[in-house]
Amino acid sequence: MRLKLVPQNTNWDFFKRNKLTLGLSVVLILVGFASFMLQGLNYGIDFRGGTTIRTESVNPVDVAAYREALEPAGLGDVSITEVFDPTFADDQNVAMIRIEAQEGEEAASVDLVKTVETAMRALDPDIKFPSVESVGPKVSGELIQTAAIAVALAIFAVLFYIWLRFEWQFALGAVAALVHDVILTLGVFSELQIKFDLAIIAALLTIVGYSLNDTVVVFDRVRENLRKYKKKDLKDVLNVSINETLSRTVMTSVTTLLALFSLYILGGDVIRGFVFAMIWGVIVGTYSSVFVASAILLWLGVKRDWSKPDANAGNQFGNVEA
Amino acid sequence: MLQISVFNRVLIWLTVAVGLMLAMPNGFYTSVEKHNDAAKLIEAGAQATPELEADLAGWPEFLPSSLVNLGLDLRGGAHLLAEVQVEDVYDDRMDGYWLEIRDALRGQRDTIGTIRRQNAPRGELRIKVSNPAGIEQALQTVRGLATPVVSLTGVGATDIQARAQGDLIIVEMSDAEKIATNDRTIQQSLEIIRRRVDEVGTREPTIQRQGERRILIQVPGIGSAAELKALIGTTAKLTFHPVVSQTSNPDEAPGPRNILVPSIDPQERGVFYILEQSPVVTGEELSDSQPAFDQNGSPAVTFRFNAGGARKFGIYTAENVGSPFAIVLDNEVISAPVIREAISGGSGQISGNFTVEESTNLAVLLRAGALPAEMTFLEERTIGPELGQDSIDAGKVACIVAFAMVLVFMFLSYGTFGIFANIALILNVGMIFGLLSLIGATLTLPGIAGIVLTIGMAVDANVLIFERIREELKSAKGPARAIELGYEKALSAILDANITTFITAVILFAMGSGPVRGFAITLGLGILTSVFTAIFVTRVIIVMWYDRKRPKTIEV
Repeated sequence: MRLKLVPQNTNWDFFKRNKLTLGLSVVLILVGFASFMLQGLNYGIDFRGGTTIRTESVNPVDVAAYREALEPAGLGDVSITEVFDPTFADDQNVAMIRIEAQEGEEAASVDLVKTVETAMRALDPDIKFPSVESVGPKVSGELIQTAAIAVALAIFAVLFYIWLRFEWQFALGAVAALVHDVILTLGVFSELQIKFDLAIIAALLTIVGYSLNDTVVVFDRVRENLRKYKKKDLKDVLNVSINETLSRTVMTSVTTLLALFSLYILGGDVIRGFVFAMIWGVIVGTYSSVFVASAILLWLGVKRDWSKPDANAGNQFGNVEA
Repeated sequence: MLQISVFNRVLIWLTVAVGLMLAMPNGFYTSVEKHNDAAKLIEAGAQATPELEADLAGWPEFLPSSLVNLGLDLRGGAHLLAEVQVEDVYDDRMDGYWLEIRDALRGQRDTIGTIRRQNAPRGELRIKVSNPAGIEQALQTVRGLATPVVSLTGVGATDIQARAQGDLIIVEMSDAEKIATNDRTIQQSLEIIRRRVDEVGTREPTIQRQGERRILIQVPGIGSAAELKALIGTTAKLTFHPVVSQTSNPDEAPGPRNILVPSIDPQERGVFYILEQSPVVTGEELSDSQPAFDQNGSPAVTFRFNAGGARKFGIYTAENVGSPFAIVLDNEVISAPVIREAISGGSGQISGNFTVEESTNLAVLLRAGALPAEMTFLEERTIGPELGQDSIDAGKVACIVAFAMVLVFMFLSYGTFGIFANIALILNVGMIFGLLSLIGATLTLPGIAGIVLTIGMAVDANVLIFERIREELKSAKGPARAIELGYEKALSAILDANITTFITAVILFAMGSGPVRGFAITLGLGILTSVFTAIFVTRVIIVMWYDRKRPKTIEV
C-alpha cells in the first residue's frame, strides 16, 4: 500500500475560483507592500550598521537590568532581546545586545566593545560573549545595494532563460509568480518584524529558485500537452497539466518542508530566521506556481499554431527557412 | 529497451566511488586534520618528534586527505574587513620625487634661480622658483623626469604631471600612476599582514584582497577581533628624526618641512616635539628586532639595521653628537635621547614605557615590517568556538532528522523505487562532501542549511521520473517501456527546473560574500550531484534490478 498525498487521476478545475485566488494574492501583495512601506523591515546590522553582542550566562537574563547597566555608557539606541531556543541547555541563558552605529565611526572601536563587556561583567560575573559582530555604515550601505541587485539580477536571468526555452508568455507568468513570492516574503518579514539580514537575501534567492523549479515543471507539461491536445481549450490544457503534475508538486514540497522543519526546530537560533524565510517561500512558491503563474499564462494566451509538428516546436526560429 | 552499456555502468559507479572516496576523510575529521598539520610541519623542515610521527600515521598516506574547511561561524575566530588608506603613500612618493627634481633643477641655477619646496596639499608637490622667467625651462626639465607607467590600464601614461602656476611648479601623480601605486600598496599590505599573522602562528588564516582597496582577514581560533586588530591594525612605522625643538603648544606652527609630533612618554605629558620631516633612517632598513630589557630592567626592544641603514645611522650620529634625535613610532615620539657618541655598529635599543607584552608585540611588528598605509576597519566579527560547535551539533542533528524523515517518506510513497531513490540520496550527500573537499570549499552554517535543503529537493528529480513512470504505466505499456519513457520524458522538466535554480545559485555566489557564498556553493553542488544521481545512478540501479528480477508488472 502506497502513501498517496494526492488521489490518483485528479481532475480538479484550478481556474474555477480564479478571481478568488488571484484576488487573494493581490490583497496579500498589497498588505505586504503596505507593511513594507509603512513599518519597514527590521534590518540587522548587515544592512544598517552597528554592533551586536551575544551574551551567554548560567544566570537568567534580566533585560531591564542589562539595559540599566549599559545606560551610563551613553551608546544611543540599544536593543536587548532574550533568545529562547529548544536546543539550549537548561542553564544556558542567551541574549542579544544590539547597539546602533556610533557617530563618525566605521566598525565598532575596541573601546566600545570593552565598555559593554566590562559593564555586563560587573552585573553578571559569569557572563560570556560567544559572538561580537560589528559592521560599519559604509559596508552596510553597499551590502544592501548588492543584495537588491542580486535579487533583481536573478529575476532577469530567469526571465531570459524561460523566454529562451519557452515563449514570452511563460516567462512573464513565471516572473509574476516570482515577484509575488518575493513581495509576500518581504511582507511577512516586515509584518512580523523578524530580523532581516544577509542570510535572508540568500533565502530570498533560494525561494526564487524553488518557486521557479515548480513553475517550470508545470510549464514543461503545458508545453507538452499543447502539442498533444491541439484542439483543446488553453484553460483545459492548463488544468490537465496541473492535475498531471500535482502529485509531484505536492511530493517535492512535502520532502522539502520535512527537511526545512527539522532544521527550523533543531538547527539552532542562529539560522532560524533564514529557515523560516525558506519555509514560507516553499509554501508561497508552490501556491504561486499553480495559482499565479498559470493564471497569468491563461490570461496572456499562447500561440496555438503548431503547424510544424516535427520542429522543436514553439521556438521563435521555427518557421525560418534554412 | 532498458540497456546501459557496461562502459557507462562502470563510468557511473566509478564517478560515485571517487566522490565517496573524496568525502571519506571528513568522516575522520580530527585525525585527518592532525595528519595534514603534521605533514605540513615536516615538509617545512620541522624536527620529526614522536608525536608528529603518531599524528602522521593517524591517516594512511595513500588515501585522499583534503577536508572541507569549516567557516568561521562553525570553527570560531575573528573576521576583519579593512580598508587601506592608499592616499597615505602619496606623501612618501612626493618626497621621493622632490629629491629627484631637486637634483635635476640644481644644475640649471643660472636660468631658473634657486628652488624651494612649499607646503602642499596631499598628493601634490609645489616648488617655488626664484626666477619666474625660467619657469618654462624648469617645467620642461621636470616633465623630462616623468617615466612611463607600466600597467594594464595606463598604456602610454606617465607617472607624473607638472604644470606651472605663477612662480610655482605643481607636480601631481597621474591617475594611471595612482592606480599602479594603490595596487602596490595593497599588495604590500597583504604581504605584511600575512607575515604578521604567520608570526603569531595560527592555522589557515584567510587574507584576501577584496575590491579595489579592501582586505579581508579571517583567522580561525583567535580569541577576538580586538586581538587581531591590535596585531594588524598598527602601522608600526618606525622612523628616526632630527629634533628641532620642544614645545607644549599643540597648535604651534612647526615651520616649513618640519612636523609637530606628540610624545607618548607619560613623564612628558603634553610635550610636543618639532622634528625635521625627512627621517634619517626608517624601519624599512631594519634587519631584526627582539624584545629585551634595558639596563634598568624594564622591557625594551632591540633593533639591528641592515648595511645601508647602519651606514646612514652611523654617519648621522657621528655628525650630531650632543644633540637629541627622536624615535618616532606611528607619529608619536617614543623617546628622544641625546646622542652621546657615534653609533656605528648599526644596532640599538628603544626603551620607552613598555609592558613586556607591548615590547614583544612591537618586536614582532618591526620584524614583519611597517604597513605602507593606515587601515580603517569596516567590519569585524568574532565568533566563539563554543557557539560554532553548538551550530555544528545542531546542524548535524537537523541533517540526520531531515534525512531520516525524507527516507521514510520516500519509501512509503514509492516502495522499492523509493529505496532506489534513497540509495541515490545517500550517495548524493556523500558526493556533495566529496566535491566540497575537492575544491577546498568552506562549509558555513548557511552552507549546512543548503545541504539540508538539498536533501529535501534532491528527491525532486526522482519524484519527477517516478511520477512519469506511473503515468506511462497507466497507458498499459510494459514495465520496461514505461521506465524508459519515464526517464525520457521527465528529462526536459528536470533539466529546465534545475538549470533555473542553478542560475540563482551562481548569482548568489557571484554577488554574495562569506556565509552566503557558502550557501550558494552547497546549493549549486547539490543541484549538480542530485541531477547526476537521478539521471544516472538511480537509472543504473533500476536497470540492474530489472535485469535480475524481470518483473511482469511493477508498482511505482
